[in-house]
Amino acid sequence: MRDINRREFLKIAGAASIVGLLGGWEAVELLAPGELEAKYLAKPEALTARRWAMVVDMKKMDEAIAKRCIEVCHYVHNVPDIGDPKREIKWIWLESFEHAFPHRNHEHVAERLKEKRFLVFCNHCNNPPCVRVCPTKATWKRDDGIVMMDQHRCIGCRYCMAACPFGARSFNWGDPRLFIKKGYPGYPTREKGVVEKCNFCAERLAKGLMPSCVEASKGALVFGDLAETTSEVRGILKSHYTIRRKLSLGTEPSVFYMV
Amino acid sequence: MADESNRAINALKETGFFKPKKMFDGGKVTLGIIVLLVLVAFPFLYNKGKAAKVPDPKTDTPEIQGLPERERVCVEPKEYMRENHMKLLNEWRDWVVRKASRDYIGFTRKKYTMSLQNTCLGCHSNYDNFCNECHKYAGIEPYCWRCHVNKPKEWAAGKLREES
Repeated sequence: MRDINRREFLKIAGAASIVGLLGGWEAVELLAPGELEAKYLAKPEALTARRWAMVVDMKKMDEAIAKRCIEVCHYVHNVPDIGDPKREIKWIWLESFEHAFPHRNHEHVAERLKEKRFLVFCNHCNNPPCVRVCPTKATWKRDDGIVMMDQHRCIGCRYCMAACPFGARSFNWGDPRLFIKKGYPGYPTREKGVVEKCNFCAERLAKGLMPSCVEASKGALVFGDLAETTSEVRGILKSHYTIRRKLSLGTEPSVFYMV
Repeated sequence: MADESNRAINALKETGFFKPKKMFDGGKVTLGIIVLLVLVAFPFLYNKGKAAKVPDPKTDTPEIQGLPERERVCVEPKEYMRENHMKLLNEWRDWVVRKASRDYIGFTRKKYTMSLQNTCLGCHSNYDNFCNECHKYAGIEPYCWRCHVNKPKEWAAGKLREES
Protein backbone atom coordinates (compact mmCIF):
# COMPACT_ATOMS: atom_id res chain seq x y z
CA MET A 1 0.00 0.00 0.00
CA ARG A 2 1.16 3.49 -0.91
CA ASP A 3 2.00 5.89 1.88
CA ILE A 4 -0.11 9.04 1.85
CA ASN A 5 0.92 12.30 3.38
CA ARG A 6 -1.17 14.52 5.56
CA ARG A 7 -2.27 16.75 2.64
CA GLU A 8 -3.56 13.82 0.57
CA PHE A 9 -5.37 12.33 3.52
CA LEU A 10 -7.22 15.56 4.16
CA LYS A 11 -8.21 15.82 0.48
CA ILE A 12 -9.67 12.30 0.46
CA ALA A 13 -11.45 12.86 3.76
CA GLY A 14 -12.95 16.13 2.45
CA ALA A 15 -14.20 14.53 -0.75
CA ALA A 16 -15.70 11.64 1.22
CA SER A 17 -17.64 13.96 3.52
CA ILE A 18 -19.11 15.84 0.52
CA VAL A 19 -20.38 12.51 -0.87
CA GLY A 20 -21.76 11.67 2.55
CA LEU A 21 -23.60 14.97 2.73
CA LEU A 22 -25.25 14.31 -0.63
CA GLY A 23 -26.51 11.00 0.71
CA GLY A 24 -27.76 12.73 3.81
CA TRP A 25 -29.77 15.20 1.75
CA GLU A 26 -31.57 12.29 0.12
CA ALA A 27 -32.70 11.21 3.58
CA VAL A 28 -34.00 14.71 4.28
CA GLU A 29 -35.98 14.66 1.05
CA LEU A 30 -37.31 11.19 1.73
CA LEU A 31 -38.62 12.15 5.14
CA ALA A 32 -40.13 15.48 4.07
CA PRO A 33 -43.95 15.46 3.81
CA GLY A 34 -44.67 14.62 0.20
CA GLU A 35 -47.14 15.99 -2.27
CA LEU A 36 -49.09 12.75 -2.00
CA GLU A 37 -50.32 13.29 1.57
CA ALA A 38 -51.37 16.83 0.72
CA LYS A 39 -53.76 15.49 -1.92
CA TYR A 40 -55.88 13.45 0.51
CA LEU A 41 -57.96 15.33 3.07
CA ALA A 42 -60.78 14.67 5.49
CA LYS A 43 -63.88 16.70 4.72
CA PRO A 44 -63.95 19.85 6.86
CA GLU A 45 -67.54 19.14 7.93
CA ALA A 46 -66.73 15.58 9.13
CA LEU A 47 -67.88 14.66 12.64
CA THR A 48 -65.06 13.41 14.85
CA ALA A 49 -64.75 11.98 18.34
CA ARG A 50 -62.36 10.07 20.54
CA ARG A 51 -64.88 7.32 21.22
CA TRP A 52 -68.26 7.26 19.56
CA ALA A 53 -71.08 5.84 21.67
CA MET A 54 -74.84 5.39 21.48
CA VAL A 55 -77.56 5.58 24.11
CA VAL A 56 -80.86 3.79 23.41
CA ASP A 57 -83.62 5.49 25.37
CA MET A 58 -86.11 2.65 25.91
CA LYS A 59 -88.74 5.08 27.25
CA LYS A 60 -88.93 6.85 23.89
CA MET A 61 -88.19 3.83 21.73
CA ASP A 62 -91.25 1.89 20.63
CA GLU A 63 -91.50 -0.81 17.99
CA ALA A 64 -92.72 1.57 15.30
CA ILE A 65 -89.67 3.81 15.71
CA ALA A 66 -87.41 0.78 15.93
CA LYS A 67 -88.79 -0.62 12.69
CA ARG A 68 -88.31 2.74 11.01
CA CYS A 69 -84.65 2.77 12.18
CA ILE A 70 -84.10 -0.73 10.80
CA GLU A 71 -85.74 0.14 7.51
CA VAL A 72 -83.70 3.32 7.00
CA CYS A 73 -80.42 1.68 7.98
CA HIS A 74 -80.94 -1.31 5.74
CA TYR A 75 -81.95 0.93 2.85
CA VAL A 76 -78.96 3.30 2.97
CA HIS A 77 -76.51 0.40 3.30
CA ASN A 78 -78.04 -1.84 0.64
CA VAL A 79 -78.66 -4.61 3.17
CA PRO A 80 -80.54 -7.44 1.45
CA ASP A 81 -83.85 -8.76 2.78
CA ILE A 82 -83.41 -12.50 2.32
CA GLY A 83 -86.16 -13.71 4.64
CA ASP A 84 -84.52 -17.03 5.50
CA PRO A 85 -83.23 -16.65 9.10
CA LYS A 86 -80.34 -19.00 8.33
CA ARG A 87 -79.01 -16.74 5.61
CA GLU A 88 -80.32 -13.35 6.75
CA ILE A 89 -78.13 -10.23 6.80
CA LYS A 90 -78.78 -7.76 9.59
CA TRP A 91 -77.07 -4.61 10.75
CA ILE A 92 -79.72 -3.62 13.28
CA TRP A 93 -82.60 -5.69 14.58
CA LEU A 94 -84.99 -6.33 17.48
CA GLU A 95 -84.27 -8.78 20.28
CA SER A 96 -86.16 -9.81 23.43
CA PHE A 97 -84.77 -8.87 26.87
CA GLU A 98 -83.94 -12.50 27.51
CA HIS A 99 -81.77 -12.70 24.39
CA ALA A 100 -80.32 -9.21 24.49
CA PHE A 101 -79.40 -9.33 28.18
CA PRO A 102 -79.12 -13.04 29.10
CA HIS A 103 -76.93 -12.30 32.11
CA ARG A 104 -79.61 -10.03 33.57
CA ASN A 105 -82.60 -12.21 32.85
CA HIS A 106 -84.34 -14.22 35.54
CA GLU A 107 -87.83 -15.58 36.13
CA HIS A 108 -89.03 -12.52 38.05
CA VAL A 109 -87.68 -9.80 35.80
CA ALA A 110 -89.95 -6.74 35.58
CA GLU A 111 -92.81 -7.20 33.15
CA ARG A 112 -92.15 -3.94 31.34
CA LEU A 113 -88.72 -5.32 30.38
CA LYS A 114 -89.90 -8.82 29.61
CA GLU A 115 -92.48 -7.57 27.16
CA LYS A 116 -90.21 -5.12 25.36
CA ARG A 117 -88.08 -5.82 22.36
CA PHE A 118 -84.72 -4.07 22.28
CA LEU A 119 -83.07 -2.47 19.29
CA VAL A 120 -79.65 -4.09 19.00
CA PHE A 121 -76.69 -3.62 16.64
CA CYS A 122 -72.91 -3.77 16.72
CA ASN A 123 -71.70 -2.56 20.12
CA HIS A 124 -68.46 -1.11 18.74
CA CYS A 125 -66.70 -2.56 21.76
CA ASN A 126 -63.71 -0.85 23.27
CA ASN A 127 -62.08 -4.28 23.49
CA PRO A 128 -63.47 -5.96 20.37
CA PRO A 129 -62.90 -9.74 20.19
CA CYS A 130 -63.72 -9.75 16.46
CA VAL A 131 -60.70 -7.54 15.79
CA ARG A 132 -58.38 -9.82 17.71
CA VAL A 133 -59.27 -12.87 15.65
CA CYS A 134 -59.37 -11.33 12.18
CA PRO A 135 -56.44 -12.86 10.26
CA THR A 136 -56.32 -10.16 7.57
CA LYS A 137 -57.07 -7.00 9.58
CA ALA A 138 -60.21 -6.62 7.52
CA THR A 139 -61.88 -5.50 10.72
CA TRP A 140 -60.15 -3.10 13.06
CA LYS A 141 -60.87 -0.45 15.67
CA ARG A 142 -60.49 3.10 14.44
CA ASP A 143 -59.06 5.88 16.60
CA ASP A 144 -62.60 7.15 17.17
CA GLY A 145 -63.75 3.78 18.56
CA ILE A 146 -65.68 2.59 15.52
CA VAL A 147 -65.09 -1.09 14.79
CA MET A 148 -64.78 -0.84 11.03
CA MET A 149 -64.93 -3.41 8.24
CA ASP A 150 -62.87 -3.31 5.06
CA GLN A 151 -64.83 -5.49 2.65
CA HIS A 152 -61.91 -5.39 0.23
CA ARG A 153 -59.82 -7.39 2.66
CA CYS A 154 -62.38 -9.79 4.09
CA ILE A 155 -61.68 -13.39 3.08
CA GLY A 156 -64.89 -14.73 4.61
CA CYS A 157 -63.31 -16.97 7.24
CA ARG A 158 -66.03 -16.00 9.76
CA TYR A 159 -63.69 -16.06 12.77
CA CYS A 160 -65.13 -12.67 13.72
CA MET A 161 -68.64 -14.11 13.73
CA ALA A 162 -67.53 -16.83 16.10
CA ALA A 163 -65.79 -14.26 18.30
CA CYS A 164 -68.63 -11.73 18.53
CA PRO A 165 -70.80 -12.54 21.57
CA PHE A 166 -73.63 -10.35 20.27
CA GLY A 167 -74.31 -11.96 16.89
CA ALA A 168 -73.81 -8.57 15.30
CA ARG A 169 -72.15 -9.94 12.20
CA SER A 170 -73.74 -11.58 9.17
CA PHE A 171 -72.21 -13.62 6.38
CA ASN A 172 -73.12 -13.37 2.71
CA TRP A 173 -73.80 -16.96 1.70
CA GLY A 174 -74.82 -15.81 -1.76
CA ASP A 175 -74.97 -12.74 -3.97
CA PRO A 176 -76.82 -10.15 -1.85
CA ARG A 177 -77.86 -8.09 -4.89
CA LEU A 178 -80.54 -10.60 -5.75
CA PHE A 179 -82.36 -9.68 -2.53
CA ILE A 180 -82.09 -5.89 -2.57
CA LYS A 181 -85.52 -4.59 -3.44
CA LYS A 182 -84.60 -0.93 -3.77
CA GLY A 183 -81.01 -0.02 -4.47
CA TYR A 184 -79.38 2.95 -2.75
CA PRO A 185 -76.83 4.56 -5.09
CA GLY A 186 -74.79 6.27 -2.34
CA TYR A 187 -73.32 3.07 -0.93
CA PRO A 188 -71.87 -0.07 -2.47
CA THR A 189 -73.31 -3.54 -1.98
CA ARG A 190 -71.37 -6.54 -0.77
CA GLU A 191 -70.40 -9.67 -2.65
CA LYS A 192 -70.77 -13.35 -1.90
CA GLY A 193 -68.35 -14.55 0.77
CA VAL A 194 -67.83 -11.49 2.98
CA VAL A 195 -68.97 -10.63 6.49
CA GLU A 196 -70.79 -7.38 7.22
CA LYS A 197 -72.19 -5.43 10.16
CA CYS A 198 -73.17 -1.99 11.44
CA ASN A 199 -70.42 0.61 10.94
CA PHE A 200 -71.97 3.41 13.03
CA CYS A 201 -72.52 5.09 9.64
CA ALA A 202 -68.83 5.94 9.26
CA GLU A 203 -69.57 7.07 5.69
CA ARG A 204 -72.16 9.55 6.97
CA LEU A 205 -70.01 10.85 9.85
CA ALA A 206 -67.30 11.59 7.26
CA LYS A 207 -69.79 13.87 5.51
CA GLY A 208 -70.92 15.57 8.71
CA LEU A 209 -74.17 13.60 9.08
CA MET A 210 -75.46 11.69 12.08
CA PRO A 211 -76.02 7.92 11.73
CA SER A 212 -79.17 7.13 9.77
CA CYS A 213 -80.87 5.29 12.66
CA VAL A 214 -80.29 8.29 14.96
CA GLU A 215 -81.94 10.58 12.42
CA ALA A 216 -84.91 8.24 12.11
CA SER A 217 -85.29 7.63 15.86
CA LYS A 218 -87.10 10.85 16.90
CA GLY A 219 -84.69 11.30 19.79
CA ALA A 220 -84.80 7.73 21.08
CA LEU A 221 -81.21 7.20 20.01
CA VAL A 222 -78.53 9.59 21.22
CA PHE A 223 -75.13 9.50 19.57
CA GLY A 224 -72.02 11.26 20.84
CA ASP A 225 -68.49 11.24 22.16
CA LEU A 226 -68.04 9.08 25.24
CA ALA A 227 -64.61 10.53 25.89
CA GLU A 228 -65.97 14.09 26.02
CA THR A 229 -67.22 14.91 29.53
CA THR A 230 -69.56 17.62 28.25
CA SER A 231 -71.22 15.52 25.53
CA GLU A 232 -74.95 14.72 25.56
CA VAL A 233 -74.19 11.02 25.86
CA ARG A 234 -72.12 11.58 28.99
CA GLY A 235 -74.82 13.83 30.42
CA ILE A 236 -77.41 11.07 30.06
CA LEU A 237 -75.10 8.43 31.51
CA LYS A 238 -74.39 10.66 34.50
CA SER A 239 -78.02 11.18 35.41
CA HIS A 240 -79.77 7.97 34.31
CA TYR A 241 -79.48 4.28 35.05
CA THR A 242 -78.14 2.47 31.98
CA ILE A 243 -77.18 -1.09 31.20
CA ARG A 244 -74.92 -2.63 28.59
CA ARG A 245 -75.06 -6.06 26.96
CA LYS A 246 -73.02 -8.93 28.43
CA LEU A 247 -70.71 -6.58 30.30
CA SER A 248 -69.15 -9.47 32.22
CA LEU A 249 -67.45 -10.68 29.04
CA GLY A 250 -65.16 -7.67 29.17
CA THR A 251 -65.69 -6.40 25.64
CA GLU A 252 -66.75 -2.97 26.94
CA PRO A 253 -69.65 -2.15 24.59
CA SER A 254 -70.19 1.45 23.49
CA VAL A 255 -73.97 1.05 23.30
CA PHE A 256 -75.94 1.88 26.44
CA TYR A 257 -79.58 1.06 27.17
CA MET A 258 -81.61 3.42 29.34
CA VAL A 259 -84.23 1.14 30.95
CA MET B 1 -11.46 -49.67 -32.10
CA ALA B 2 -13.92 -49.97 -34.98
CA ASP B 3 -14.37 -53.65 -34.22
CA GLU B 4 -15.22 -52.93 -30.62
CA SER B 5 -17.89 -50.41 -31.44
CA ASN B 6 -19.37 -52.74 -34.11
CA ARG B 7 -19.55 -55.46 -31.54
CA ALA B 8 -21.31 -53.17 -29.11
CA ILE B 9 -23.85 -52.12 -31.75
CA ASN B 10 -24.49 -55.76 -32.67
CA ALA B 11 -25.01 -56.61 -29.02
CA LEU B 12 -27.54 -53.83 -28.74
CA LYS B 13 -29.34 -55.01 -31.91
CA GLU B 14 -29.57 -58.48 -30.49
CA THR B 15 -31.51 -57.21 -27.50
CA GLY B 16 -34.33 -56.40 -29.95
CA PHE B 17 -34.60 -52.87 -28.63
CA PHE B 18 -34.18 -51.28 -32.08
CA LYS B 19 -36.40 -53.68 -33.95
CA PRO B 20 -39.35 -51.85 -35.57
CA LYS B 21 -42.55 -52.82 -33.79
CA LYS B 22 -46.04 -53.06 -35.21
CA MET B 23 -48.33 -50.25 -34.04
CA PHE B 24 -51.56 -51.53 -32.53
CA ASP B 25 -54.68 -49.75 -33.86
CA GLY B 26 -52.41 -47.61 -36.02
CA GLY B 27 -55.26 -46.25 -38.14
CA LYS B 28 -57.34 -45.14 -35.18
CA VAL B 29 -54.37 -43.57 -33.45
CA THR B 30 -53.38 -41.62 -36.56
CA LEU B 31 -56.95 -40.46 -37.02
CA GLY B 32 -57.06 -39.39 -33.37
CA ILE B 33 -53.88 -37.36 -33.76
CA ILE B 34 -55.28 -35.62 -36.85
CA VAL B 35 -58.56 -34.81 -35.07
CA LEU B 36 -56.60 -33.41 -32.12
CA LEU B 37 -54.49 -31.22 -34.40
CA VAL B 38 -57.58 -29.88 -36.16
CA LEU B 39 -59.26 -29.10 -32.82
CA VAL B 40 -56.19 -27.28 -31.52
CA ALA B 41 -55.70 -25.34 -34.71
CA PHE B 42 -59.39 -24.49 -35.17
CA PRO B 43 -59.51 -21.27 -33.10
CA PHE B 44 -56.44 -19.94 -34.87
CA LEU B 45 -57.71 -20.81 -38.34
CA TYR B 46 -61.22 -19.55 -37.54
CA ASN B 47 -60.00 -16.12 -36.43
CA LYS B 48 -57.28 -15.83 -39.07
CA GLY B 49 -57.09 -12.40 -40.62
CA LYS B 50 -59.69 -10.95 -38.24
CA ALA B 51 -58.53 -8.29 -35.77
CA ALA B 52 -60.40 -7.52 -32.55
CA LYS B 53 -62.03 -4.08 -32.50
CA VAL B 54 -59.64 -1.52 -31.09
CA PRO B 55 -61.21 -0.15 -27.91
CA ASP B 56 -62.47 3.40 -28.15
CA PRO B 57 -63.64 4.56 -24.71
CA LYS B 58 -66.11 7.40 -25.07
CA THR B 59 -65.98 10.50 -22.89
CA ASP B 60 -68.97 12.24 -24.45
CA THR B 61 -71.50 11.62 -21.69
CA PRO B 62 -74.12 14.33 -21.05
CA GLU B 63 -72.50 14.97 -17.65
CA ILE B 64 -69.11 15.71 -19.20
CA GLN B 65 -70.66 17.70 -22.07
CA GLY B 66 -72.45 19.81 -19.50
CA LEU B 67 -69.19 20.96 -17.92
CA PRO B 68 -67.54 24.21 -19.03
CA GLU B 69 -64.77 23.60 -21.57
CA ARG B 70 -61.80 24.09 -19.24
CA GLU B 71 -63.30 21.83 -16.57
CA ARG B 72 -63.58 18.87 -18.90
CA VAL B 73 -60.62 17.10 -17.28
CA CYS B 74 -60.28 14.13 -14.99
CA VAL B 75 -58.85 14.30 -11.47
CA GLU B 76 -55.39 13.73 -12.93
CA PRO B 77 -54.13 14.24 -16.51
CA LYS B 78 -55.61 11.93 -19.12
CA GLU B 79 -52.33 10.13 -19.85
CA TYR B 80 -51.78 9.42 -16.14
CA MET B 81 -55.33 8.15 -15.71
CA ARG B 82 -55.07 5.88 -18.74
CA GLU B 83 -52.08 4.08 -17.28
CA ASN B 84 -52.63 4.40 -13.55
CA HIS B 85 -56.36 4.66 -12.79
CA MET B 86 -56.27 1.29 -11.05
CA LYS B 87 -53.44 2.42 -8.76
CA LEU B 88 -55.23 5.68 -8.04
CA LEU B 89 -58.43 3.80 -7.20
CA ASN B 90 -56.52 1.55 -4.80
CA GLU B 91 -55.11 4.66 -3.12
CA TRP B 92 -58.59 6.17 -2.89
CA ARG B 93 -59.91 2.94 -1.40
CA ASP B 94 -57.24 2.91 1.30
CA TRP B 95 -57.70 6.57 2.24
CA VAL B 96 -61.48 6.36 2.37
CA VAL B 97 -61.84 3.03 4.17
CA ARG B 98 -58.80 2.97 6.40
CA LYS B 99 -58.11 6.65 7.05
CA ALA B 100 -61.57 8.22 6.75
CA SER B 101 -60.35 10.87 4.30
CA ARG B 102 -62.92 11.59 1.64
CA ASP B 103 -61.59 14.58 -0.28
CA TYR B 104 -59.03 14.51 -3.07
CA ILE B 105 -57.27 17.52 -4.56
CA GLY B 106 -57.00 17.02 -8.31
CA PHE B 107 -54.18 18.30 -10.49
CA THR B 108 -56.20 21.43 -11.26
CA ARG B 109 -56.51 22.01 -7.47
CA LYS B 110 -60.21 21.18 -7.69
CA LYS B 111 -61.59 19.18 -4.77
CA TYR B 112 -63.28 15.84 -5.45
CA THR B 113 -65.08 13.37 -3.18
CA MET B 114 -63.33 10.03 -3.48
CA SER B 115 -66.04 7.68 -4.69
CA LEU B 116 -65.90 5.23 -7.57
CA GLN B 117 -69.65 4.74 -7.65
CA ASN B 118 -70.58 8.40 -7.50
CA THR B 119 -67.66 10.63 -8.49
CA CYS B 120 -66.04 8.52 -11.22
CA LEU B 121 -69.29 7.18 -12.60
CA GLY B 122 -70.92 10.54 -11.96
CA CYS B 123 -69.08 11.90 -15.01
CA HIS B 124 -68.34 8.62 -16.77
CA SER B 125 -71.95 7.51 -16.69
CA ASN B 126 -71.37 5.20 -19.66
CA TYR B 127 -69.91 2.10 -18.04
CA ASP B 128 -70.41 -0.07 -21.12
CA ASN B 129 -68.70 2.34 -23.50
CA PHE B 130 -66.04 3.58 -21.10
CA CYS B 131 -64.79 1.17 -18.41
CA ASN B 132 -65.87 -2.02 -20.08
CA GLU B 133 -64.67 -0.93 -23.52
CA CYS B 134 -61.03 -1.55 -22.61
CA HIS B 135 -61.56 -4.14 -19.90
CA LYS B 136 -63.37 -6.39 -22.36
CA TYR B 137 -60.64 -5.92 -24.97
CA ALA B 138 -57.92 -6.74 -22.44
CA GLY B 139 -59.92 -9.71 -21.18
CA ILE B 140 -59.93 -8.58 -17.55
CA GLU B 141 -62.78 -8.52 -15.07
CA PRO B 142 -61.97 -6.10 -12.26
CA TYR B 143 -63.80 -7.26 -9.14
CA CYS B 144 -64.67 -3.65 -8.24
CA TRP B 145 -68.09 -4.18 -9.79
CA ARG B 146 -69.06 -7.11 -7.65
CA CYS B 147 -69.79 -4.60 -4.88
CA HIS B 148 -69.66 -1.15 -6.45
CA VAL B 149 -72.65 -0.61 -8.68
CA ASN B 150 -71.62 0.17 -12.25
CA LYS B 151 -74.89 1.87 -13.15
CA PRO B 152 -75.97 3.63 -9.94
CA LYS B 153 -78.82 5.61 -11.51
CA GLU B 154 -80.51 2.58 -13.02
CA TRP B 155 -79.84 0.70 -9.77
CA ALA B 156 -81.65 3.37 -7.76
CA ALA B 157 -84.55 3.31 -10.18
CA GLY B 158 -84.85 -0.43 -9.62
CA LYS B 159 -84.06 -1.28 -13.23
CA LEU B 160 -81.10 -3.48 -12.37
CA ARG B 161 -82.06 -6.11 -9.87
CA GLU B 162 -79.08 -8.27 -10.59
CA GLU B 163 -75.99 -7.53 -12.59
CA SER B 164 -72.53 -8.86 -13.01
